[in-house]
Amino acid sequence: MAEQSRLTGYRRPKGEVGIRNHVVILPVDDISNAAAEAVAKVVTGTLALPHGFGRLQFGEDLELTFRTLIGTGRNPNVAAVVVIGIEPNWTNRVVEGIASTGKPVAGFWIEGKGDLQTIADASRVAQQFVQDATEIQRTPVERGEIVMSIKCGESDTTTGLGSCPTVSQAVDRWVAAGGSVIFGETSELTGGEHLIADRCIDDACRIAFQKTYDDCIAVIEATGANLLGSQPTQGNISGGLTTIEEKALGNIAKTGTVPVVGVLKPAELLPKEPKGLYFMDTSSAAAECVTLMAAAGAVVHLFPTGQGNVIGNPIEPVIKVTANPKTVATMSEHVDVDVTGLLRFDYTLEQAGDKLMSVIDRTINGRFTAAEALGHREYTFTKLYISA
Amino acid sequence: MTSSKNGEKPQFLLHQDGDSVAVAVDDLMPGEVRGASIKEGTWYTMVINHEVPLGHKFAMVDLAEGDTLVKYGIPVGFMTGNAKKGDYIHTHNVRSARWQNSRA
Repeated sequence: MAEQSRLTGYRRPKGEVGIRNHVVILPVDDISNAAAEAVAKVVTGTLALPHGFGRLQFGEDLELTFRTLIGTGRNPNVAAVVVIGIEPNWTNRVVEGIASTGKPVAGFWIEGKGDLQTIADASRVAQQFVQDATEIQRTPVERGEIVMSIKCGESDTTTGLGSCPTVSQAVDRWVAAGGSVIFGETSELTGGEHLIADRCIDDACRIAFQKTYDDCIAVIEATGANLLGSQPTQGNISGGLTTIEEKALGNIAKTGTVPVVGVLKPAELLPKEPKGLYFMDTSSAAAECVTLMAAAGAVVHLFPTGQGNVIGNPIEPVIKVTANPKTVATMSEHVDVDVTGLLRFDYTLEQAGDKLMSVIDRTINGRFTAAEALGHREYTFTKLYISA
Repeated sequence: MTSSKNGEKPQFLLHQDGDSVAVAVDDLMPGEVRGASIKEGTWYTMVINHEVPLGHKFAMVDLAEGDTLVKYGIPVGFMTGNAKKGDYIHTHNVRSARWQNSRA
């Protein structure tokens, strides 16, 4: 308890805990980006989230875009949301999806008045939201109330040896404290998917996991493509990783030892109960994956990297951990936690875990991550198929 | 987690004893190198036959074309050519057993 009382966060109206306090200007579609970005220029302290989609999508691909938009607005790191779309129907669907959190949200649409009037109307509300949000105080929170996500990128062999096992320490400690953690990267379990299936808490979970995995691999294999250079990536191969199986076992090394308690669709809202480790069906591309996990409600992300992936997310702080001494030497501005000493036997894995937990706690309490300080705000939607 | 009793720094690491490859944790030149397994803490002295950059792998045993490559105690691919103990191991002599179309 003494340790937990050191953590502070922003408690939202329905009790969820955030660690940042963003006022987001959320475009529903690509053609509303300009208006959303204009509002963010007018009103200090707001954050526009431009993206590339939202028009002529249909079926499950459209549902995924709605889940991503609504989930982003619902994320506890967001205090209030101004939604801007081209027309009222889909704009209102996003507004209503966010409104049940009890946080301030308002929608505007461009047809019938144009960008300039929309920007004026939306800016007036955004100003009020920012002034109100800046009055929200941090209060003490419990570790178990903070939803964490994990995903590695530009991995190499040092990730499997050092940074992923370090993150594994944090995952086990998080779940032991009563928290939830989300991992994903469906294709990147290949060769070790049986290890995840074995950790599923019951048959329903195991069947759901196996179907998700099999469906993903069927789509990839149906292309008949040579995946070398894509999965593993060119960076993975430069870093010494040779096959997808080798990469997957490093990836899995970050998931802790706790059971998998549930399987989520991409961007599916994380259930409040049970707490524990959840698998989400995601791409292994960093920006897509973290965007989906943030939409599920994750508020702090752990990102092991080998060769130096520089990704950030606009609303969810991304903490980078590396065990590669060359990456620390050449890209130190992107590294939050240096665990290169693990490869030299300078300290134990548990001590590396302690070092990571300290940085997580400081990040929760407000310290900017490297990605936040450098302005990395990758907000990237997953597209399932062509638009109509 | 392994720690060295005498403060010796490993030049390579194995995930566990029995793995058919080890990972260089420094840029290694051909010749004698020392390293250890993480799981059991066993120290090994090896002679490597090629330069192996940090993060890259070399064979712990003689490997023949078609042999399964084992790392973390689990198959991670198979040999597409022969390699002697101490030889450099990467996409030129290993391919995935799972991505059927993937080859360098």
